[in-house]
Amino acid sequence: MIRTLLAACTATTILGVCAAAQTVAVTDAKLWTGDEMIEGATIVIRDGRVTAVAPDASIPASIDRIDAEGAWVTPGIFSAFTRVGVVEVGAEDPTNDAAAPLSPFGPALHLADAFNPTATSIPVTRIEGVTRIAVAPGFGSGMFGGQGFVADTSGATDSITRPQAFTFINLGEGGAGLSGGSRAAAWATLRAALVDARTYPARYIASDEGDALGRLDAQEFSAAARGQQLMLIAVDRASDIRRVIDLKQDNDQLDIALVGGREAWLVAEELAAADIPVIIDQYANLPGSFEGLASTQHNAERLLDAGVRVALAYFSDDSHQARLVLQSAGNAVANGVSHEDALRAITSSPAAIYNMEGLGTLKPGSIGDLVIWDGDPLEVMSAPTRIYIGGVEQSLESRQTKLRDRYLALDESERPLAYKR
Amino acid sequence: MKHGLLTASAALLLLVTTACGDGTPDEGTSPATSGEFEKNPYPSTYKPYPSTPVLLKDATVYDGIGGVFDGHDVLLLDGNIAEIAADIEAGDGVQVVDARGKFVTPGIIDNHSHLGVYPSPGVSAHSDGNEISGPVTAEVWAEHGAWPQDPGFVRALAGGVTSMQILPGSANLFGGRGVTVKNVLSRTVQGMKFPDAPYTLKMACGENPKRVYGYGGGRFPGGAPYSRMGNVAGYRSSWIEAQEYKRKWEKWEEEGGDPPTRDLELDTLKGVLDGEILVHMHCYRADEMAQIIDMSKEFGYKVTSFHHAVESYKIADRLAEEGICSAMWADWWGFKMEAYDGIRENIPLVHNAGACAIVHSDSDIGIQRLNQEAAKALADGRRAGINISDADAWMWLSANPARSLGIFDQTGSLETGKDADVVVWSGDPFSVYAQAEQVYVDGALMFDRTNPDFTPVTDFEIGQPGEGDMK
Repeated sequence: MIRTLLAACTATTILGVCAAAQTVAVTDAKLWTGDEMIEGATIVIRDGRVTAVAPDASIPASIDRIDAEGAWVTPGIFSAFTRVGVVEVGAEDPTNDAAAPLSPFGPALHLADAFNPTATSIPVTRIEGVTRIAVAPGFGSGMFGGQGFVADTSGATDSITRPQAFTFINLGEGGAGLSGGSRAAAWATLRAALVDARTYPARYIASDEGDALGRLDAQEFSAAARGQQLMLIAVDRASDIRRVIDLKQDNDQLDIALVGGREAWLVAEELAAADIPVIIDQYANLPGSFEGLASTQHNAERLLDAGVRVALAYFSDDSHQARLVLQSAGNAVANGVSHEDALRAITSSPAAIYNMEGLGTLKPGSIGDLVIWDGDPLEVMSAPTRIYIGGVEQSLESRQTKLRDRYLALDESERPLAYKR
Repeated sequence: MKHGLLTASAALLLLVTTACGDGTPDEGTSPATSGEFEKNPYPSTYKPYPSTPVLLKDATVYDGIGGVFDGHDVLLLDGNIAEIAADIEAGDGVQVVDARGKFVTPGIIDNHSHLGVYPSPGVSAHSDGNEISGPVTAEVWAEHGAWPQDPGFVRALAGGVTSMQILPGSANLFGGRGVTVKNVLSRTVQGMKFPDAPYTLKMACGENPKRVYGYGGGRFPGGAPYSRMGNVAGYRSSWIEAQEYKRKWEKWEEEGGDPPTRDLELDTLKGVLDGEILVHMHCYRADEMAQIIDMSKEFGYKVTSFHHAVESYKIADRLAEEGICSAMWADWWGFKMEAYDGIRENIPLVHNAGACAIVHSDSDIGIQRLNQEAAKALADGRRAGINISDADAWMWLSANPARSLGIFDQTGSLETGKDADVVVWSGDPFSVYAQAEQVYVDGALMFDRTNPDFTPVTDFEIGQPGEGDMK
């Protein structure tokens, strides 16, 4: 049944909602809508979209009903910073498209071109409840990693939600190294690139070269440089973050979010005033480098207290373990974040940061990404029992579960285990 | 230390930094010459810190060997576990800690850490965990590269870790000796060394040695080993040398005369053949583990524990037969080819087969929440129909790693007379919301989340932004 639906799910509409989406009603849910908790909620999904959410929503006759029996229901989890689907085996270069160190291009790199919806990491990530992923390029030959994308984890042929969702820029130690050996060089490069992009195409009439960007890179950076696309900036040290705040103040039209932000709590008030959100790793609490000396697991708590929008991600293995963002959110609660804010940081907040309306929430009009859980979703011992993406129920099987099932019993008395599947 | 933003997968960094095993003589703190040579020239100077008697009242107690006791008290006296019972009377001078609603467990023991040898900050000057100069470096000792000012020790303490094994990395076939420490900060490594813990030897299978030496330096062909075949030939050649070295010493012991010329590398390998040094071997693939088991029999030694062991579930029956532990992550996978078949049920499947299962970290982040790693594995196992109790699962965190380090007679469970290495958790430690509130090592309070006087700050973090912060 599920296979049939997935196979039928080739025609997709905008936002990756499957044309074959089911109509379904989930009743008696302990619901996190992305903004608030509703006990005993009913959620109706029709044609891939949520049509009703209420304790007493009327349910059309003749549609599938799922009684959640008081179980937790959340929007599909949105993992805010990943490399899922662009890396099959981390250490095997031909299978790893995250970074392009030998390419001369920067903003012109569209990581979406490398996305493989049949990567094994896709179902591995999905079956833990993560239905949407922001996928960021690594840094190759310069401080511009290229353009990242947002996708769903259905594995469907066209599961890219927005192919050019943001331009990724490094302004920390890494960016300094990639742009000439100093933060001063990184900032000079960025300033020049902004001018190049904003004056594209006029200044390229006479030459293909700008001060920082070639013709194609300038063209590709022009949307972000004009505030029409998110500029995601990797930065950790408080002083570097202040420079980004200065940039925003001098260029009010820019849409900026930070990723990393190890010392963001030291500038929380300024970030809130500048309306700059931050994607952080909850676990970053060691002075792993000199740009993260003040790292603490209370970063999220302090940023939220100051009014900064926070999304969580798991940086330690972003290609294969993006699923662990739920555990990160649980640890955020253990370190002072409210349960609702922790849920927000893995649902509606990342969706808002990436300007993905309709994701990360379950409200009338939302995309039908929904997960039913067997317990508190932030608990390490909980797991999804049913998952919907764009209104389509998803398989809970992965290559890992198949391996597990093969080896549950080590019985080769009749035939080798290779015959068992 | 991990720059996940910069690379496709920060786990790549682990390709070199991960490793298992190292060896040390079984001679304790007193000089052991045994007629040949000094086997313990860098002895432990660790002494338990002074403690007052503590009575932890009315907690849920995991004894670490499969027992769970609700509403029980634990008495810590003179650095040891004195008694576990309901309603212990508090004698004079006993500090009573109300632990109602809290959980008391043995301290967590991580048998795979690189704290100190890959410390924070992870600058190039601190890269002291892999002696990459050659594929066989059994002569190096992790304790000679470990920096006791690593802030990671403090974070691990806050995660309830009371002892750990610090290992060289996995670049080499023979990476060198590991060192087992009490997680008590000291000015010196000797001041942390676990008294009387046997030495260990780190060895490595698979991709890392052949990549580092075979493909290293941009030459083609590089050095040896270039393949898994070369790996095994490399181990065997070294064991043959070690056997010959051992024979020379035995001959000298019998016949006297001039002693054989010392060889640091072979000292360590001989220690393994003599049964004094425990072998901890980084090995991912099941088929490679089976080769290593045969090799250990060829040369007459025992593998104590395979580390990472992401495919142990494929040969859990064999590992049970051989009595070899597997030190595992709950769910790491895919960062390299030999980790491709990692599954979330590895730990419970190994346990269920009757083999020794250990939760390890190999990570300055993972070491801070090994209890959560055990919880994940436990829950995934149950969903697959493998029903293991919470109390049994605690063996993965304390008793089994202690056994793998040869220190279970002293720590790793809450049994009368053992070291009072104890954690008081704010709640069920298999919940993501629980935190280690108090951590006792040898009965002395070494960490108290509620008291800044008991949250240590390493020299490196003094005078830096965030000094003394809740981390």
